[in-house]
This record gives sequence, C-alpha cells and structure tokens, in this order.
Amino acid sequence: MTLTLLEIIALAILGIAVLLSLLRLLLGPAAPDRVVAADTLSVITTSGLVVLAALLGSPLYLDVALIYGTLAFVGVVAIARAIEGNGS
Amino acid sequence: MRLLADIVLLVGAAFTLLGALGLLRMPDVYNRIQAGTKAVTLGALSLILGIGLLYPQWWSKLLVIALLILVTNPLGSSTIARALLIAGVKPWTKTPTTAGKERES
Amino acid sequence: MKTPANEATDGTLAHGVFLFLLLFTLWLLLTGSIDPAELIAGAMVALAVTLISRPHLNIFTGLRLTPGAILPFLSYLGLFLVELIRANLDMARRVLTPSLPLQPALVEVKTELQSPLGRLILANSITLTPGTLTVDVLEDRLVIHWVEVPPGLTIEDATRSITSKFERHLKGFVK
Repeated sequence: MTLTLLEIIALAILGIAVLLSLLRLLLGPAAPDRVVAADTLSVITTSGLVVLAALLGSPLYLDVALIYGTLAFVGVVAIARAIEGNGS
Repeated sequence: MRLLADIVLLVGAAFTLLGALGLLRMPDVYNRIQAGTKAVTLGALSLILGIGLLYPQWWSKLLVIALLILVTNPLGSSTIARALLIAGVKPWTKTPTTAGKERES
Repeated sequence: MKTPANEATDGTLAHGVFLFLLLFTLWLLLTGSIDPAELIAGAMVALAVTLISRPHLNIFTGLRLTPGAILPFLSYLGLFLVELIRANLDMARRVLTPSLPLQPALVEVKTELQSPLGRLILANSITLTPGTLTVDVLEDRLVIHWVEVPPGLTIEDATRSITSKFERHLKGFVK
C-alpha cells in the first residue's frame, strides 16, 4: 500500500522510539535497567509487528505479534524470577 | 477514514516515543518502569486501534493482541519491580522520606 | 487469607461455564470464522481445556457472576480508560519538563478486596494510573511506588487517593 505523509512520520517516530530504548539497553548502567529497557522494547516490537502486518497487507504477521507478545511476557517473568533469586 | 486512522497512528507513535524518552531520562529504575509501562501501553493500544481503522476486517485478532498487551504489560512491569525490591535495589529519592517502608519478610 | 483448598470448593458450576465461554470466545476471535466445523472444533477444545484445568485454575472463583455485576464492570472499564489517558498525559508532562518534577517514595495502602483476582485487577489498574506503580502485594496491603508523594501522608490518605476510586467499582464484580 502507498503511505501517506502522516504514516511516514508515524513510522519515523516509532523508529526513533526503538533507537532510544536501545540506547537505554546499551547504557545500562545496571542489569535491571537493561531488563526494563528490553521489556519496553518487546512491547514496542509487538505493536511494530502489527504495523508491519498492515504495511505488508498480510494478516499472518498478526499471529506472529500475538505469539511474540506472549513469549516476551513469559521471558520477562523468568528474568524477574532470576533477579529475585540473586538477592535472597 | 484514512486521515482519522493516520492521526490515531501518529498519537500512538508519539506516546511510544514519550515512553522511550522517559526510559532514557528518568533517574532510577523504578521511575523508568513507570514511564516505560504507561506510555508504551497506551502507545501500543492506539497503534493497534489505528491499524484496526485501516484494516477493519482484522478486528478480532487485533482485539486479542490489544487485550494481551493490556493485561501482560503492567503485570510484567510489576513483576520486575517486585523482583528488584526483593533483590534490594533502593528507590531513588530527592530527600529522605519516612513514607517508604522496607519489605517485611 | 483463604487457603487454596477453600478457594477451589468455593467455585461453582457458573464459574466452569464462565471459563468455557471465555475460552470459546477466544477461539472465535482467533479463528475469525463462523464455519460450523470451526465452531464444533472450538467448542470441543474449550470444553476439554475447561474440564482439565478447572480443578487447578482457581483465579476466576473471585468473580461475582450475577446480573448486577455487569453495570459495575462497565463503569470500571470507563473509569480505567479515563485514568489510563490521564496517567499518560501526566507522565508526558513530567518527562518533557526539563527539571523532571519527581518526589518518589514507596507507600503502603490497604485493600478491602479478598480474592486474588480482585487484587490482581486492582494492582494492574494502579500500575496504569497517574504516577503509581504496584511493586508488591502482601496479603491485604499493596506496596506502591509513587512518583510524587504529597508531604505528610498517612496510610489512610494514600488508600483514599489511590485505591478507593477503583475499589468502589471493583467490589461490584469481584470479591
């Protein structure tokens, strides 16, 4: 599909958001900050996959987004459990 | 219809950017969780709503994805925050307050 | 706090039916088709999952399944959406202010909700409302990280300003 100007701007903003989150992931400074950045990034990726489905006009990517979102949540809980274990 | 969808998409992208900016600017990990969770959740919801306006035939699956994000994102953030508190990460404060209490267990 | 065994016996047939309908609706949304073969397959899968998981899945027993629960649920949804948008505008203001107006602290508030499901929904709502993040749930107390705590605050004040507005509606449809 052909994009309108507003859609291109929205995609650019989304791209900047991903870059800023990646910056936090790289900067840290400690492991928890990186986990939070990864968590945020995973939600942005889920909505990004939905946008990708629209860009390619294929509903198949919606299933990818659904499974990705579920797995990302399970992953976050697993990492949180690991952090908990280190402290006690 | 296309214009309305585009505006909703733009709002969604803007909130996502604000969330990422908050993630970068906030002074400690708990505040970062707050900024990240709230803004990115609403951003994702309005992005999904915008796509729903562009492709109305996808509404059922988009609804499931929206509900998934709405339920799991705050839950995941709370889980991380709880783990940090148990692991002994102290919240950042400007001035010492008496309102904060240690977890008793 | 009730023991898990008590919770399980409290579950009624209505909760089983509710779980079945929830799973069946999810199937309908995911397949997006009303082909009879799909409907029968969905009903069978939903029934099988309900029968297998019902004895172990106690979280939905916190629901009040009465006709009177519908109105509080809808008004809760409305309040939640308004609060979600307010929370984001508030967070946007803080992030965009160069001086970062923050005065964060941990506070404890009490909840009157008894069931795990009620506390879960309350904790999630608090996380998505202005300036608050649920950190931990200890029995009937919620530990909350608050970005801007008003000075001279007691547990009663905190409870009133954070949880009461949600609890009022939540009490109508969860225990």
